[in-house]
Amino acid sequence: MINWFKYSSPQTFFPLAGEMVPWFFALAVAFGAAGLYIGFFVAPTDAQQGEAYRIIFIHVAAAWMSMFLYLVMAFWAGVGLVFNTRLSAMVAQALAPTGALMTFIALWTGALWGKPTWGTWWVWDARLTSELILLFLYLGFIALQAAIDEPRRADKAGAVLALVGAVNVPIIYFSVKWWNTLHQGASVSLMAAPTMAKTMLWGMLMMALAFWMYALGAVLVRVRSILLERERHTDWVASYLGRLR
Amino acid sequence: MIAIFRCVLRRDLVLAFRRRSDVLTTLFFFVIVVSLFPLGVGPEPELLRTMAPGILWVAALLASMLSLGRLFSLDYLDGTLEQMLLAPEPLPVIVLAKAAAHWLVSGLPLVLMSPVLAIQFDLTQTLIEILVLSLLLGTPVLSLIGAIGASLTLGLRGGGVLVSLLVLPLYVPVLIFGAGAVGAESSGLGAQSHLLLLAAMLVFAAVASPWAVAAGLRISVE
Repeated sequence: MINWFKYSSPQTFFPLAGEMVPWFFALAVAFGAAGLYIGFFVAPTDAQQGEAYRIIFIHVAAAWMSMFLYLVMAFWAGVGLVFNTRLSAMVAQALAPTGALMTFIALWTGALWGKPTWGTWWVWDARLTSELILLFLYLGFIALQAAIDEPRRADKAGAVLALVGAVNVPIIYFSVKWWNTLHQGASVSLMAAPTMAKTMLWGMLMMALAFWMYALGAVLVRVRSILLERERHTDWVASYLGRLR
Repeated sequence: MIAIFRCVLRRDLVLAFRRRSDVLTTLFFFVIVVSLFPLGVGPEPELLRTMAPGILWVAALLASMLSLGRLFSLDYLDGTLEQMLLAPEPLPVIVLAKAAAHWLVSGLPLVLMSPVLAIQFDLTQTLIEILVLSLLLGTPVLSLIGAIGASLTLGLRGGGVLVSLLVLPLYVPVLIFGAGAVGAESSGLGAQSHLLLLAAMLVFAAVASPWAVAAGLRISVE
């Protein structure tokens, strides 16, 4: 039987993460190259939106990851809170900046896409608004952890906040959706777009995988730094740093 | 359990009554913020009428958030909170009593004050009734959600600003349905569905948030 808990210890996880980081980054580059090639050269020009729609390959992938990473973060934060495992809490802490980055990319590319197609940088559409609130939730999580000096308290307080946020995310999403339908008609709906060409879907999947792999690599790098900082009093960190010199 | 609830509620209310200026500060903050909006956007009655529910609700949100700092910090400083954590009584019940006291002190005065302010904005009587009802259902939710933020930021530097960053995004659904109830009524859709959703939020928050607050307090005091 495989001992799954072997790598939940910081000492064994640290070298494993170090081994995995280059692979994830290599996969991110490979998927990204494939996705961008499909997106820019293979996928057909959109009949209504022209070439401007091609930002979808970055926009949608980032938006998917922004929501997915929040759930992953809340999951690991919850595991850390329940089982009192240090590593899970560190993973949650490392996920937050990447998640916030993805949310920001999704908002930014959305604005760049909205200008040529809708004629405006921003509309108070349900998706845009809930994505903006998601960014606020990420920033709140990061700010709370940054404000607490003691790492264990920061872990636990952040975990409670992440879980409360995760319960609230669907409530916020639906409330914003209903609010929007009351105020204005669905003038800008992505769902009503004509069914997508197969190549477009493939390009989007490739880009989503690329972002996913990038997120894994970046989070592991960040976890390794957090590990070194928090475990600096231990022998294995001292011997690791000694070997580097 | 009911005994401890009543005991904590009475204690917090007596403490608040002895320091009346705190209560009045929150109320005047609410009144002043609401009065600033006509000065900022202009006195056209038509514009003010459409904006009134949103203005009153945002002001209520900010006023309720401002008073969150006092929810646990005084008890934390004089050691009472530690005794509450050690007490054999269930902590979520104590938390619920404290949140109820917070609402009675900082939420209910706003609700009672809102009709007067709504008249300044030229709302009709039906709309004022809906507004008061939505505030009555919504402001307790603000106290309950805000208590989570207050418990997590207990004793931190810059806790007051941090609380706003944590709590305001979570207030969004309450704001939407609270202000939306009045908007729906005035556009002829009827406010019932909004008010029912607010009531559902109140029930859910009353059941779930004391547990999160209790967890947050144990983490912060530990």
